Amino acid sequence: MSLPMRESVRVKRDTNKTSAEKGPEAASIKMNAEGLKAWFGSSLALKGVSLPIVDKQVTAIIGPSGCGKSTFVRCLNRMHEVVPGARAEGTVMLDGADIYGPGTDPVLVRRRVGMVFQKPNPFPTMSIRDNVLAGMKLNRVAVTDRDALVEQTLRQVALWDEVKDVLARSGTSLSGGQQQRLCIARALALEPEVLLMDEPCSALDPIATARIEELIHEIGKRVTIVIVTHNMQQAARVSDHTAFFYMGELVEYAPTDQLFTQPSNSRTEDYITGRFG
Amino acid sequence: MSIALAKQATSIEPRRRITDVVMRGLCVAATVIALIPLVAVLYYVASKGVGAISWEFFTHDSSTPPSEPGGGMSNAIVGSLMVVGLACAMGIPVGVLTGVYLSELGRDSMFARTVRFTADAMSGIPSIVIGVFTYTLIVLHQRHFSALAGGVALAIIMLPTVTRTTEEMLKLVPDSLREAALALGVPRWKAIVTIVLRTAAPGIATGVMLAIARVAGETAPLIFTAFGNPHVSTSLNQPVGTMPVLIFEDAKSPYDELNRQAAAGALVLVAFILLLNITARLVVRRKK
Amino acid sequence: MKRPDAHDTEVAIRRRSSLDVNLGDRTFRLVTAAFAAGAVVILASIVVQLFQGAWPSIARFGAGFLTSSDWDPVHDKYGAVPFLYGTVMSSLVALMITVPIAFGVAIFLSELAPPWIRGPLGFMVELLAAIPSVVYGLWGIFVLAPFMRSDVDPILRTLFGWTGFFSGPTNGHDMLTGAVILSIMILPTIASISRDVLRAAPPTLREGALALGATRWEAVRTAVLPYVRSGLVGAVLLGLGRALGETMAITMVIGNSDRAHQSLFQGAQTMASKIANEYAEASNDLHLAALTEIGLLLLAVTLLFNLAARILVWKMRGPVGQRPV
Repeated sequence: MSLPMRESVRVKRDTNKTSAEKGPEAASIKMNAEGLKAWFGSSLALKGVSLPIVDKQVTAIIGPSGCGKSTFVRCLNRMHEVVPGARAEGTVMLDGADIYGPGTDPVLVRRRVGMVFQKPNPFPTMSIRDNVLAGMKLNRVAVTDRDALVEQTLRQVALWDEVKDVLARSGTSLSGGQQQRLCIARALALEPEVLLMDEPCSALDPIATARIEELIHEIGKRVTIVIVTHNMQQAARVSDHTAFFYMGELVEYAPTDQLFTQPSNSRTEDYITGRFG
Repeated sequence: MSIALAKQATSIEPRRRITDVVMRGLCVAATVIALIPLVAVLYYVASKGVGAISWEFFTHDSSTPPSEPGGGMSNAIVGSLMVVGLACAMGIPVGVLTGVYLSELGRDSMFARTVRFTADAMSGIPSIVIGVFTYTLIVLHQRHFSALAGGVALAIIMLPTVTRTTEEMLKLVPDSLREAALALGVPRWKAIVTIVLRTAAPGIATGVMLAIARVAGETAPLIFTAFGNPHVSTSLNQPVGTMPVLIFEDAKSPYDELNRQAAAGALVLVAFILLLNITARLVVRRKK
Repeated sequence: MKRPDAHDTEVAIRRRSSLDVNLGDRTFRLVTAAFAAGAVVILASIVVQLFQGAWPSIARFGAGFLTSSDWDPVHDKYGAVPFLYGTVMSSLVALMITVPIAFGVAIFLSELAPPWIRGPLGFMVELLAAIPSVVYGLWGIFVLAPFMRSDVDPILRTLFGWTGFFSGPTNGHDMLTGAVILSIMILPTIASISRDVLRAAPPTLREGALALGATRWEAVRTAVLPYVRSGLVGAVLLGLGRALGETMAITMVIGNSDRAHQSLFQGAQTMASKIANEYAEASNDLHLAALTEIGLLLLAVTLLFNLAARILVWKMRGPVGQRPV
């Protein structure tokens, strides 16, 4: 069954990727959620989700408001339980080790699984330079060449040329889009293996959004990315795999072009054709 | 009928208008009346006190007999600095840490609510009662007055203010900053100390400045804790003179010279307090 | 970058040791909680210590302490009635003077004043509160008391002398002057909180009344004031609580007489001023205990008033905090 494609939902694929990179044999699983449940107090927000995250590829999580996509992603770096009264159960494997295992320290998990939030949140008391280095400083990670790290990271997020002369300025003196790129740089400086992005562009204008989507293309070659978005077109543009959530459950998970052109579940079809949400 | 309505629609009855104007006038008058004492007191202190301000005032102590000229308040100035300094050393850390607990860790727990309630209750206790408490706690046992006792009394007075300010300023720090720090793999306590506290620091400093301004002018609790000392003393265990207490004694004195010294002391004290208040206000304005 | 295998990851995200489990977090929590507990400990100690200190007097005089007017250190007889009377009377008179003015200020600052003047005026009202009590007392001795004696009291005597409250000569150091200076000192408290309470009223109340054709004053009177009534009562109670505990300024102008008189032109003594005057030179243990008992009474009364006040103000605008930043 092939659906007539909505004009706006056109899937752009990165033609530089070789088939070997895209094929299932070469794609290994970086993180794997199994039977993940999450509560806010007594209300169940995630009802047992099992979802693999493919290494060094971009996985998009889509779904209507309140479907649990942010909750799911926040479970991937154990940020969900930071909210008072929130808890999670189940298994989430990171390279074969369960991050919800009994001996695991969530703080250490978060150093390997980084996060970028919906609203840019650079530290206001720190300069741009110090914001980039914040992760290293706070974690007492030795850095042999600070300036080189700052330049390298800022280049990764295409911010270097814009701020290289004003590194001492406060992190909040930048525009919204620049602040978000700064936050991405701050997360990347720690060299995380996975980068979680929770609706990173919702607070930004279209131009800033486009720049961040370019970033995702670039970074996605080296870092596993999971991006939550309410914008289906964005999901189609940037991701290799897409997961559709509805009311706390994973409804469908498939390679992006397949999910958007030949969804196997009728609810997915209803959502992407705009019948609800 | 329509003409009558039209008439009413375009003008209010004179009685209502007059009432409105009169009441508004009364409110303005009230504000003016309220501010008269402020101007009067400041004017008095400035005009009577400025004549007695001299180099001697700051360098000589108050041991000079009142009939002879050339006394000063150096002992009281040093004493005040000491006692207020002690109060800060004790009151600020306790207050800030308590505020941190209330805002970041305890939040709404039963214990936190009890602490909050206690701090609020304490802020209403008259300072003289705090003085009596400190007397029975420290002075009675040590059998002598001391700067330390004075410092403790002032620290207790400072404590609720600093706690409340810290908690409120910390609560103003947006949660997104806490999450940003945690997402970088920073343990919670480090996130609080390095990010949250730092962000709230200007606001907390303001509250602390105002608390200092308040205790610097406190007299009642010092009368029977630090007591007084005609000479400069820097010992913690000796009674020590303080500005408010010396002003009090000099004001009651029948000697004109001492009355003038009281005014001079009041001028210095008020200037110091005003300075702190204005600085605090400026910090707040700049943050906005 | 070498891809970590399962074992590496497990090692990397496992806690360093079972002791290391959030050690920093646990310690931090314990330390801050301990300091927080300190506040409760201090309040409890205050109550306990005062009680202990006052016990000899409580045991000796019991309820008679509250009914006797005899304060006689020489014969070791102590009764606190004159001071209770002085405290209550001076506070009541102070409230009568200050409440209308404070409300006027509050309404002006929150409703009627042009926006550009609200900040500076509000700041000046706060400065009133920042001036130390002893400085007010100083001004009271040399400016207010003489002024009262020569300019105000004669008028009051002529107009109201028949009531019995304004009879007899005075040197300016009397209950009335004490009440006046007290009213100045509690005005900022009542005005600030009332202003906050008024500001917390939803603007739609005011706007609704104005839209119906009410004048500014009528809008305030009919729409806003009834809504904030309990908050205003709370503000007055807080002011009263402050008045009860006010010490220095009133000690310096109230005349320090140990008897209760009807006329406001007579000297008087409040609980706080009594303690301030005699505590440091208490002649014996019972004397000290009696003074401490006064302190205990003062503590109980102010705690009660503050509690009642905060409950009322809480209802209106959430927990009472510092001056709004």
